[in-house]
Amino acid sequence: MDFYNFTSLTHSIHEGLAKSFSPFIATTIEWVLVGLAYLTFVALFGLFLVYAERKVCAAFQQRLGPMRVGKWGLLQTIADFIKLLMKELIMPRKADWFLYNLAPFIVIIASFLAIAVLPFAPGLQSLDFDIGVFYLTAVSSVGVIGVLLAGWSSNNKYSLIGAMRSGAQILSYELSVSLSLMTMVVFAGTMQFSAIVEGQRDAWFIFSGHIPAIIAFVVFLIAGTAETNRGPFDLAEAESELVAGFHTEYSGIKFALFFLSEYINLFIVSAVAATVFLGGWMPLHFGNFESFNHVMDFIPPVIWFFMKVLGVMFIIMWFKWTFPRLRVDQILTLEWKYLLPINLINILLMALVVLTKFHF
Amino acid sequence: MSEIREVIINNDRLATDEYLVNMGPQHPSTHGVLRLLVRLEGEKVLNIQPHSGYIHSGIEKMCEAITYPQIIHLTDRMDYLSAHMNNEAVALCVEKALQVEVPDRVKYIRTIMDELARLASHQLWWCVFGMDLGALTTFFYGLRDRELILDIFEETCGARMTVSYNTPGGLMFDIHPNFQKRVKDFIKYFRTKLPEYDKLLSGNVILRERTEGIGHLSLNDAIAFGVTGPSGRASGFSCDVRKNQPYSAYPFVKFNEILDFRCDTLARYEVRIKEMYESLNIIEQLIDNIPEGDYAVKMKGVLKLPEGEFYQRVESARGEFGVFIISDGKKNPYRVKFRSPGFSNLFALNKMTKGHKIADLVAIMSTLDLIIPDIDR
Amino acid sequence: MTNEELISYLTGKFPEANIKLGSQYVEMTVKADDLHDTALQLRDSEEAAFDYVFCLTGVDYADNMGIIYHIESIKYRHLMVLKVRTADRLNPVIDTVSDVWITAKYHEREVYDLLGIHFNNHTDLRRLFLEDGWGFPLRKDYVDEIRIVER
Repeated sequence: MDFYNFTSLTHSIHEGLAKSFSPFIATTIEWVLVGLAYLTFVALFGLFLVYAERKVCAAFQQRLGPMRVGKWGLLQTIADFIKLLMKELIMPRKADWFLYNLAPFIVIIASFLAIAVLPFAPGLQSLDFDIGVFYLTAVSSVGVIGVLLAGWSSNNKYSLIGAMRSGAQILSYELSVSLSLMTMVVFAGTMQFSAIVEGQRDAWFIFSGHIPAIIAFVVFLIAGTAETNRGPFDLAEAESELVAGFHTEYSGIKFALFFLSEYINLFIVSAVAATVFLGGWMPLHFGNFESFNHVMDFIPPVIWFFMKVLGVMFIIMWFKWTFPRLRVDQILTLEWKYLLPINLINILLMALVVLTKFHF
Repeated sequence: MSEIREVIINNDRLATDEYLVNMGPQHPSTHGVLRLLVRLEGEKVLNIQPHSGYIHSGIEKMCEAITYPQIIHLTDRMDYLSAHMNNEAVALCVEKALQVEVPDRVKYIRTIMDELARLASHQLWWCVFGMDLGALTTFFYGLRDRELILDIFEETCGARMTVSYNTPGGLMFDIHPNFQKRVKDFIKYFRTKLPEYDKLLSGNVILRERTEGIGHLSLNDAIAFGVTGPSGRASGFSCDVRKNQPYSAYPFVKFNEILDFRCDTLARYEVRIKEMYESLNIIEQLIDNIPEGDYAVKMKGVLKLPEGEFYQRVESARGEFGVFIISDGKKNPYRVKFRSPGFSNLFALNKMTKGHKIADLVAIMSTLDLIIPDIDR
Repeated sequence: MTNEELISYLTGKFPEANIKLGSQYVEMTVKADDLHDTALQLRDSEEAAFDYVFCLTGVDYADNMGIIYHIESIKYRHLMVLKVRTADRLNPVIDTVSDVWITAKYHEREVYDLLGIHFNNHTDLRRLFLEDGWGFPLRKDYVDEIRIVER
């Protein structure tokens, strides 16, 4: 296991820098390095996700998807991205200049902030708060401000309707996301992501927490999909109703930022689901099957993590390409009348499970 | 703070305004250049005013200047998804005026083509309906099957959409030797694929929630607004011209008129799905029994209709299509009027959407299956 | 009702109208002033119950304008044609039947748009397809300046 641990690597980098520079400069360089690493990761992974989404969607729709640019169309998203970069930035004349330009950045910054706490592998995590879960739910709801601003400042009626829908939707589903995470926090007894992952060394929470954990997982998947504004909850952009919703008036790189942040949010939701319910980077372990557990240990944690994330992502994409869109009142009914009560009862159930130690 | 409190207390200053949205002419869900002036209160639709004419091409005026066989080619361009039915209406009308009896072979082929066109149209409607509700995958399922019908059309008459296969007195040319085999293959194939449509969309909980009880159009309203076709039949309005005033080979086949009395969006959806099965039945009854004979009656070079007024109704894919020719004995008509189903259906939209949400407006409009050139002509 | 029964019924009910059997349907021509009353009676009478207008056509005859209503009874499945002519050709005016048959409201708008026939008491008489000030293309004396239609 230790072979795959990144702690020694990051430590040696830190010590090397601390030796040759003053602490202030060393920290600054570390910041820049971490920032660059995240930027590269997000950009590349975002491109990959767009490609993956198109391929998955094509598979559901009995077609091939992008095939022409590069082998199997691998360079297609890069070509699209270059096209987006070169597009003219058009702004409606009566739009609010400041807020219109600010909105995409708020959305993308909120997504970046949330990534910071995710543990990719042992030692590969930039912020290891003891209130990690709390921090994540807090920053992930900042994005809605950007969406609301985008809708408001575009001075377009469709955008405003889309923004209002998005506001109502994200604020409501924030509750379910937090409460289902809270259920698992009750079970894990900590809010620190690294500790949560560590707690799943013997069995993933979705197995050890059995019924309440499974309920929480399902609720989290539904609410998480809703929070990322993806189908069947894509009311905010609802192509057939609102043209493109809150980002109708955005073009070029600003549109690309919205687009990218949607995929980062998809990644965050899947990553959180993988970390909290499916053991994060922890390999699949079954109680006493020593040999099986050893074999599993050979697969590096990073691969485990991404396998789980991609699995959850696939399920979310599956939703999107199969279901029709919900209506705005139904989406709120689903949250306030079904998911929220289920969640509240589920927390009680989980508390009971923890108190009676009726878990594996 | 006190100011804010004052605003809240003086409720009239917080009063909300109505929201006026122009849906269209370039909107993804109006399927063409239709403009709806929608008055909204939040998400709720208060009133809709359709504005059409963006694709008005003056077909009725053009018809006054051309000969009868030429008119057929213009009718393709109105409701391009039921082009064959429109052709047939004109052909039947001219034949009626000239008192020409076409051979049975022509009648059979016309009816088979009618039903194929209806299938293709309903398939496309299904694709688009799913897409309007946000289920994008339906589009590819529907088009996959529609392509096969269009291939049959292409082989039969060289065109995929604007077929112009009819001519006064019969057909342009005989069917391709492969026709029967291909149609039979298609029926066999499509019988396995239609249940897929149900699996993907019909049984979906979200679809049911979205459509049940939405867009109510009572029977009396359907008659008063003249809403025909599957949309009318979903309100219990027995308006199937194929049944009431059979033409071509429809008297020879057994089929059911699909009626539904629930009057909502789901009913309109299910009526169309059932009609697809019914169309398959009709084709199956005819395809093996196409009689031998001529594919057209020998007509004069220049057709001159006797003086008088002639009306022919046919059932197109979206309702009752009528051709009304007033002739003054010349080679071109004095006045031609096309009674297009979409025109009447469109204006019932306001009645149906009142009080529903924007998303419902899109769904309801989609179940009316509007084709804009059909409305504007 | 068969066509013969319909003719005898209509002659009894509307003695002043001109009723004959056309090439397909029973045709009844009424005076412009009687139109609204006739329409109302046709719709409301128990025996006829013409409740569905399936076609409404405006025609430019050489010396006046005419409107032709194709109406059907859903209950009894019989059809007839109701015809009316305006007195004047240049400024044709006629009563609306949109309060009798709702669908006529939109068909009348189309007729107004393309032929310029004005309908009295119509609640929403605006042009439907063309711009204001376009002219009335279906009139026989319409000059097609951009020569879309050549005769």
